[in-house]
Formats: sequence, structure tokens, C-alpha cells
Amino acid sequence: MSAGERVWVEAVGITAPGLANWQAAREVLRGESAYAAADMPLPAPQLLPPNERRRATPTVRVAFQAAEDAIRASSLDPAALASVFASSDADLNIIHRISSALTQTPRFVSPTDFHNSVHNAAAGYWSIAVGARAPSTTLSAYDFSFAAGLEEASALVLADGFDTLLVAFDLPPPQPLFEKRPIACIAGVSLILTKARRPESLASLRCSHVHEASTTMAVPQLEELRHGNPALAALPLLELLALGRSGRVVLPRGSNAGLAVTVEPPS
Amino acid sequence: MKPLPIGAFTVTSALGAGRDAHWRALRDGTTGLRKVQFDTNTLDCWLVEVADFDVPLPEQWSDWDCRNNRLALFGLHQDGFLDAVAKLRARYGGERVGVFIGTSTSGVQQTELAYRARDPESGRLPDWFKHRYTQNIFSVADFVAKVLDLGGPTLAISTACSSSAKVFASARRAIAAGACDAALVGGVDSLCLTTLYGFNSLQLVSTDICRPADAARSGISIGEAAGFALLDPNADAPIAMLGYGETSDAYHMSSPDPEGHGAAAAMQAALTCASVEAAEVDYINLHGTGTMANDSAESRAVCTVFGTSTPCSSTKGWTGHTLGAAGIVEAAIAMLCIEHGFMPRSLNTRTKDPTIDAAVLLEDRYAPVRKVMSNSFGFGGSNCSLLFGARA
Repeated sequence: MSAGERVWVEAVGITAPGLANWQAAREVLRGESAYAAADMPLPAPQLLPPNERRRATPTVRVAFQAAEDAIRASSLDPAALASVFASSDADLNIIHRISSALTQTPRFVSPTDFHNSVHNAAAGYWSIAVGARAPSTTLSAYDFSFAAGLEEASALVLADGFDTLLVAFDLPPPQPLFEKRPIACIAGVSLILTKARRPESLASLRCSHVHEASTTMAVPQLEELRHGNPALAALPLLELLALGRSGRVVLPRGSNAGLAVTVEPPS
Repeated sequence: MKPLPIGAFTVTSALGAGRDAHWRALRDGTTGLRKVQFDTNTLDCWLVEVADFDVPLPEQWSDWDCRNNRLALFGLHQDGFLDAVAKLRARYGGERVGVFIGTSTSGVQQTELAYRARDPESGRLPDWFKHRYTQNIFSVADFVAKVLDLGGPTLAISTACSSSAKVFASARRAIAAGACDAALVGGVDSLCLTTLYGFNSLQLVSTDICRPADAARSGISIGEAAGFALLDPNADAPIAMLGYGETSDAYHMSSPDPEGHGAAAAMQAALTCASVEAAEVDYINLHGTGTMANDSAESRAVCTVFGTSTPCSSTKGWTGHTLGAAGIVEAAIAMLCIEHGFMPRSLNTRTKDPTIDAAVLLEDRYAPVRKVMSNSFGFGGSNCSLLFGARA
């Protein structure tokens, strides 16, 4: 695939162990402060209405935390943005609870668990929280979910003309599922992409398909994080955005396929 | 948008395997709904089970073996679809064909089975349980792409019951943005206890047969299905996707906005996308789940956009609610309606709800059908309307 048209990055958000938000992550990715691993408390996002906050799962809270971090850095109205929520597994805590309940007699599945079990639960809560009525896609591509989300978000911008919020997120499952799907840490990453260059634009992105190995992180702890959560496959891209440099990174798009992303800061 | 030709399509549900079986069941008014035993289900409800597919996958795919991928493979083998894919691959190269599959639960039934087989001492799951290749939402899309040797953008869309309508929108966007030249879209969802007991916990599963738009409707009948279509900009095909509209309700996680604002906006967006007037649409295939809330809200939305005279019906009295596969099943039915000049009645509807003002068909109608809208709505307030039409 030849490099596609460019989209503009308006803002970045992140929540991950030792990378509490974009401001903190930016300093680490620029090498201005050393990475310090830290236990990560479950985030307490601000935009969930009280009613929904009570019912919101850890998964929804992680997605919100990442999304809110980018929203705060942008003057765009979140209600007007289309959205893409990319997650390999969404809520394995709920799958664990429902699968366990189904082995009991009588079988009692919690109605709240069930409606929160849909892969698009975070997207639903987000649209309610900010009043967003624009198109919203929720997708999974296993460990390649960030790249798939970036392509879908770029297509919403380029083909349908929507400024778009991309949120990638995953959480470690409980045992016994953890043994089968060892997602190492909680993490969420978000980008706001626009069609037009804006005063806030950090850089432009162009995507193409390649058969190349994924770009790695030089700092061992960051490289470990990159493997620890499907959302953190974005780290090499975030590093270029933090440095404000032009460059090219390859993100995992499949077992033997990559998504090359060419990054150019505004001239 | 420029009409996007549908190079081929196939559908497998409780009505049978392939397009002919569906056309015959629609024409003859034969429902696929049964009171059948599934797994260890103890709920009193009607189900729609696909026949003949539930056999282990060939050895090379044994890691992927689960009810959902079995149904996917069975569905791919109908209507000469594999040959059509081979032609598409030859024309564009597999790397330039995207794969977009909708599913709500993928192979989660395998997880249910694995939880029953946990080690009583350690609590560990059995070795045969392969999360990545069965339970994970991406499994079915990855499986289809690998079986067909396609390597364009590959992803599973999971927005509950709008999943396999939204694949048409995502695939068209990917083609327009240059990420691929053509696409395979589809939807696969299979029966599992998670959805049966889950929908039952929300009091949405009827003990009666699904009766869309009926005054005494009492909920959904859950079904399973697989369907696929090829979106090929260069195909010389009789039917094309003309437009799509996607919106979010921003109202409630598991109830539709009673005024139907989001649903109406999706239908209007699909018309605008296609540059088609509401009056040009011959028939609307409704989401029509048979719940009180959905059918009332959808009728309001239809009347907002189309008025009260455009013929419409839900076909869930035939197929049941196939959840993440509902979008592709009803897209296929919409295309069969265009092919055969046929508008199906609302099967199982005895007395139309007097508060439903939309022109729900109580009798089959034979007349030329050139443009059909198909609605799919899901939990989280996810709405998608697709517009299909006969070409020139």
C-alpha cells in the first residue's frame, strides 16, 4: 500500500503504569525524566455522570481516563467528535464473572454485568457522558488492535470527514483467564485526529502497509511496557510525537504485517 | 458516496444454508424459530439454531475450533462464495482485500465450556481452551482472513447488535481512504448461554415466539447466523450499497431513546450519504426485535424520516435476533427483496400495535423493489442504517 493521505494529530492521552498522563509520558519519552515503574491506581475519570460512575467498570474507567487526557489538551468539542474504541478483550473481568455464574445452579447472570459485557460498553458510556451522537466504532484485532483502530480512525477522518477520537485500552484479566491471556498491566492510549491542520496540531500522520518488524523502544522498561498491553503498541508513535520530530515507525498490524506511520511535525 | 457494488453475498441462518433457502422461507412464510434444546439451557424460550454445521474444524484449524468459527466456515462454503473470493483475490491480490467481521460474542461459548472443566483443585482452565483463537472477539475475523488468505486491514467490529451492519461502513471507508481496494464484510454470531441468560436477566427474552410490532409482543427470540458479502468497486453486479448512516443515541446503555432521535438520524444520514430522497425508498427492513421499547422507538424514527406510508417489516419472526450477525442477515434479505421484487410481511404479527404508526406490512407484497433500507441498532446506543439499491 502506498502511503495514504495525511491526518493531523490534535492531542494525545495516556494512562499506564509510570506514565500517568501525556504530560508525564512526554517527559519520559523525551528522555527528560527517567521512567519509574509505579503501581497504578484504578483511574477516577471526571466526565462520567454520577449515575453511570456508580455502574462503570474498571474497563470503562481506563478508557475514559485515556480519552479525557486528550480531550483536556484540545479545544475541540468532544460531543462533535466521532470515536473509535479499540480493545483486544474489553472486559474479561465480566466474562469471568458471567462464565463462573453459568456453572452455578441456579444460573444468575447480573443484568448490569450483561449490559456492561458488550465490547462497546466504553463507547456507550462515552457517548452518554459527553453527548456524542456522531459515528462510533468499537473493534478488536487482538494484539494488533491499536493499528486497526488507527486505520479506522484515519478512515473516519479521510473518507467521512469527521474529526475523530481514538481510544485504545486493555486490562489484565483475573485468574484463571490471566494464564491464557497475560495482559501485564492496565493501559489506555488516545489520539484526537483531524482532517485540517489546526493551531494545536502536533504532527501529521500517514499510514501504509509493510512487511517489516515493529519498531522497538530503546529503554528496556518501555520496551517491556510495549509488549505488556495491546494499547501500548502505540509507544514508538507516541515517542516521535513527544520528541516533535519527523520520522517513521512500524506498529504491529498482524503476525507478519506492519502499519508504517510517517510522522511530520507542522512546518 | 459513489454506489459500491456487492460482488457476491451469502447467508446461513436457521432458515437454511445459502440464499435460495432464505428466499424460499421468506416466500413461503416459514419461520426458523423452534422450541429446541440448546446446550444446557433451562430457559423457556424459542431459539433459532442453524442445522448441520456443528462439527469439528479440519485438523489444520483445530486451535480455532469453537461453535462460532464452525459456523463461519460453514457459511463461507455456501453459494459459491469461496470461488467469488478467489476471483477477488486474483483481481486485487490478497494483500489489498480487507476483512471486516461483526460479532457480539465471538467464541465465548468455548469459555463457558472451559469454565465447566476447570481443575477442581487449582481452578485452572483446561489445556484445550485457546483464548486467542476462540473467545477473543478478533478470532472470527482472523480465522476468516487466514482461511481465505486475505491480508488487507483485518478487524472484528463489536458494537452489539449493530456489529455486522457497521462492517459495511468501515469497509467502504477503508476502500475510500486507500487502505484496501476491496473488502470482505460479514457477521457471525452463535448461540451461547452468556447471551441467553444475559438477555433473560434484562427481561428481554420472550417465552412466546418473536412477534415484531405486535400489540402483545413480549421480547426477542435469540438466533445464530453467518453471512458474508464482497464489496468490489469494479464488480459488474446488479446490487450496490448506496449509503450508510451511523449514529450514537447518547441516551442509555441497554434501552433505546424512546423518541428514536438517534435511529432517525442514522436513517437520514444514510439517505444523505447516498443522495437519495426518503420517497425513493421502496421498503425498510426494520431492526424490529420484538421488544416493546425497540419497536415503538423505531416506528417513531421511521415516521420522522419517511412518514407513515413507506412499507416496512422486521424479518426477526423468521430468523430470530441473530445479534452481531443481524446486520449481515438483514442486508442479505434486503438484497433478496431487490432480486425478487418482494417485500415480506411481519411474520408472527397478529394484531399490529395501534401506537405503531409506521406502515408495517401484514401481507407479503410483490412489486419492483429498487431501494431498500436496513436498520440495525445495538446496546450502547449504537445505530447503523444501510441503503442498498438495484444498479441502473
